[in-house]
Order: sequence, then structure tokens, then C-alpha cells
Amino acid sequence: MPPKPKVPGLIKGLGVTFGEMVKTLKDGPQTTQYPHEREEVAPRARGVIALHEENCTSCMLCARECPDWCIFIEAHKYLAPPRREGGKPRQKNQLDRFDIDFSLCMYCGICVEVCPFDALFWSPEHEYSEIRIADLLHDKSRLDQWMQTVPDFEPYEAGSDAKVRKVPR
Amino acid sequence: MTLLLASFAPPYWLSTLIKVLVVSAVVPTTALILGMVFLFKIMSWMQSRLGPQEAGPRGTLQLLADGVKFLQKEDIAPNGADLWVFKVAPLVVLMSTLLLYVALPASMHLVVADLDVGVFFVLAISSLSVIGVLMAGWSSASKYSLMGALRAAGQLIAYELPMVLAVIGVVIQAGTMSLNGIVVAQNESAIFGWSGIGYPYILTQFLGFFIFIAAVQAELTQPPFDMPVAESEIVSGYQVEYTGFRFLIFFLAEFATAFAFAAIAAVLFLGGWAVPWLPVSSDWYYVLGPIVLFAKVMIVAFIIFWVRFTYPRFREDQLQSLAWKVLIPLALVNIVVTAVLKVVL
Repeated sequence: MPPKPKVPGLIKGLGVTFGEMVKTLKDGPQTTQYPHEREEVAPRARGVIALHEENCTSCMLCARECPDWCIFIEAHKYLAPPRREGGKPRQKNQLDRFDIDFSLCMYCGICVEVCPFDALFWSPEHEYSEIRIADLLHDKSRLDQWMQTVPDFEPYEAGSDAKVRKVPR
Repeated sequence: MTLLLASFAPPYWLSTLIKVLVVSAVVPTTALILGMVFLFKIMSWMQSRLGPQEAGPRGTLQLLADGVKFLQKEDIAPNGADLWVFKVAPLVVLMSTLLLYVALPASMHLVVADLDVGVFFVLAISSLSVIGVLMAGWSSASKYSLMGALRAAGQLIAYELPMVLAVIGVVIQAGTMSLNGIVVAQNESAIFGWSGIGYPYILTQFLGFFIFIAAVQAELTQPPFDMPVAESEIVSGYQVEYTGFRFLIFFLAEFATAFAFAAIAAVLFLGGWAVPWLPVSSDWYYVLGPIVLFAKVMIVAFIIFWVRFTYPRFREDQLQSLAWKVLIPLALVNIVVTAVLKVVL
């Protein structure tokens, strides 16, 4: 049997709510009045997905893993000049289209996880609502702009061997 | 101005018209005040937020906006509903609330009907709402509604008893069942010859006050006694099939009844519309009476809503055993002790 509290819980509970009311009136509430003042979101909040286009190889992993099928990729192959003199021209993928439909996206982050070439990143930016739902389809230039808002990765805890990832700028 | 009010003796038809208009204006107004002050503001502060801010100055008109929104909604009735009963049920609940205001004194003469058995009338009328609730639950043709209505009926009947028994202590002490008589008795008497604060019955009937407030909570089906409208299991109980205007009536009736019960508690236990250092026959009470009563009502309503915002919901069996095993025996003991002291002293 737990020990009996000195103050009965019922009375203590009344004290908690009353104290909270006094605190709210004196020091202000925990909430922010959103349209009037902006909330400080957590640096790694999942606001929007940013694309670093140079890193994308159009491997389609993200599009295939996406549970909502909200990523649309189109690409074509082309022959790039050889790296060394006299070499064979290299076959490369040119990304034609990379769209994310944020009206479908459920912000699960699987695409960011599976990307093997560090092309997708989370940005905490979240104010991109639109009047028309079709405008929520962000094309690759829009997604590339979000890269500027991606914060640097924070260092791991002391004693960790893993190298801190870098955000390509 | 007070003298002007005192000498105002309108003909029968005019006084009746004034009474009807005042009661039908007071009921929604009090519901709005309680909803705004407590449900929106105090509740928000207790949860560390600010509440409505945008509608009107500091969000004061939010409830009006909500009311207009309800009026715009379509009046829907379920397919299998007993239409006539379904449509009348909210009005029956509202009627019981309106009748509560009939006997409430705002000063010696500012009362719609100054009944000799005002306490009896008020307690009897307040239980009328059970019929409306049962009608709503039965006619909705929904199992959620029916369960909610049955729970509400069981709860209201169970808590009717401690409420009546708690009030009997006050009636014994005052020696009258007239609400005005009880106010006079509290303000004209003295504690050991000292009449500084009169003799509000909360000093001797604090047990009765506690039982009365607990029973009022249950009558209003407010947390922690909100089993009949428990969202997690029966959605919204007997109100679940109602939309728009008829839902608004249920809402109005709940908060206007909360105000009425707070006023009754203020009259029975806190001295009602009078202040002890001004004799009850003073003409000033034409103006002062409603203000004093309103201040006391706000104090009682704060206690009611404070409890509402603090405690989680009772289970059905806990709810019933609290009424039958704790509150009723306590009320009976209170009556016995009061009666003995009344005879002995």
C-alpha cells in the first residue's frame, strides 16, 4: 500500500489548477498567439522536405519507398564527357522533374531516410500553405530553395565515434 | 432613482410583460456570462493558455459568434426518430431552467413570483429537466443517446436526494421555506450578539453547502459527474443526435441552470441579495440587490467550475456509491445535528 499523502489528493488537485491560473495571469501562458507572434520551432522539426539537386542521381528509391506516392521523378540518360583524356564517355542521369505533392505527403520522412546520396533533407520551415491545393505541388526549383533553410546537423553526444553529417551548401 | 423604482406600481398586464421579457432575456445572458467567463477564460488560464482572443475586444464576443454559427446549421433529425418528442425535448429542458428563475429573488421586490415555499418550488422544478433528457435520449433512436439518457436519469435521481436533504438543514435553521425569508433571516440575525457579517448559513451549514455543491455538479452533468455525456464511450450522450438550434438550447439550458443553482446556493448559504450592514427593507436594494447577488453567484460559480476543470470523470459505480453511501448519510447526520441544536439552543 502506498503511503498516505499529507494533503489529500483532491485538495492538492484544486491547488494545482488554481496555481496554474495565477501563474498564467502573472507570467503569461505557455502558448504563443500564432498569427501575431511566431513560434520558435525545434531546429530538427519536420516542416518541409528540401532537395539538393546536384546530389540526386534519380535512383528513384525515395519515390518507390514513399507510402503515399507523393514524389514524382522523371529523368533521362545522357553521355557526359570522359573524366580522363581518351576515356569512355560516362552515362549519367539528368533529373528532369522532381516534384513532391505536399497535399499528399504525410511527413513520415522515409524518403529522407532512404536517400543514399544525401539529396533530401528536413527543413523546419512550415509556412507554405496555399489557397489552391494544386499549388502544394513543389517542383525541384522550389524544393531546392528550401535547402537554404536546412539547419546544420548538431554534434553527437560526447564519446560518439560517428562522424557528424554535413549539409551540402 | 431608487425611490422612483420603489414607487413604480405597474398595472397587471405591464408587470407580467416585464417579467416575461426579463426572464427570457436573463436566461441566455447568464448562460453567455458563465460560458464566457468560466468555460473560455478561467478554464484557459487553468490550462496555461489565453482562450479566445480574436472575436471582439479580447475575444469577449466569441460565444455570440458560436451562437450565430449554431443558428446557421441545418436542423437534422435521425431517420427513426420520434419526431415530435425529439423536437420538444430541448424545450422541456429549457422550460425547467426558465421556471427556476421565476422564484429567484434579486431583492425583496425584484422577484417574478415571491413564493412562500420557494425552496420547495425550486427543488421540484429543477428535477423536471430529467423528463426532457429522457425524452431526448429515447426519441433519438440511437443507442448512445439512450444509454446517455438512462445514465443521466439515474444520476439526476440519485443526486436529487442529497440536494434536498442538504437544503433541509438551512430550512430548519431559518424556520421558513421562502427564499426571501431565508435571505432576511441570514442578514437580520447576529453571531453571539455581533452582527458585522450577519449570519450567513455557510458558517453552520458548511457540510450542507459542500453536499449541495456536489449535487449541483451532478445535476448539471458536469465533470467529475459527466458520465451521461462521457465522450470516450457514448460520444455525447443524449445530445448526440442534436444539431444547430436544438443543441444550442441544451447548451444554454446547462449554463443558465448552472447560474440558477449558483444563485440558489448564494441565497441559501451566503446571504443572497443583501449585505448585513444595510437593513433589508432599504430601498437601495432595488439597485444594489442584483449587483450583490451577482457577485455572490460569481463566487459560487467559480467553485463549481473550478471543480469541473480539476477532477477527472467518476466511474458509474463510484458515482452512484458517492451519492448513496457518502452524501445521503452525511446529509442525514447534518439534519439531525441541526435539528437537535435548533431545539436545544
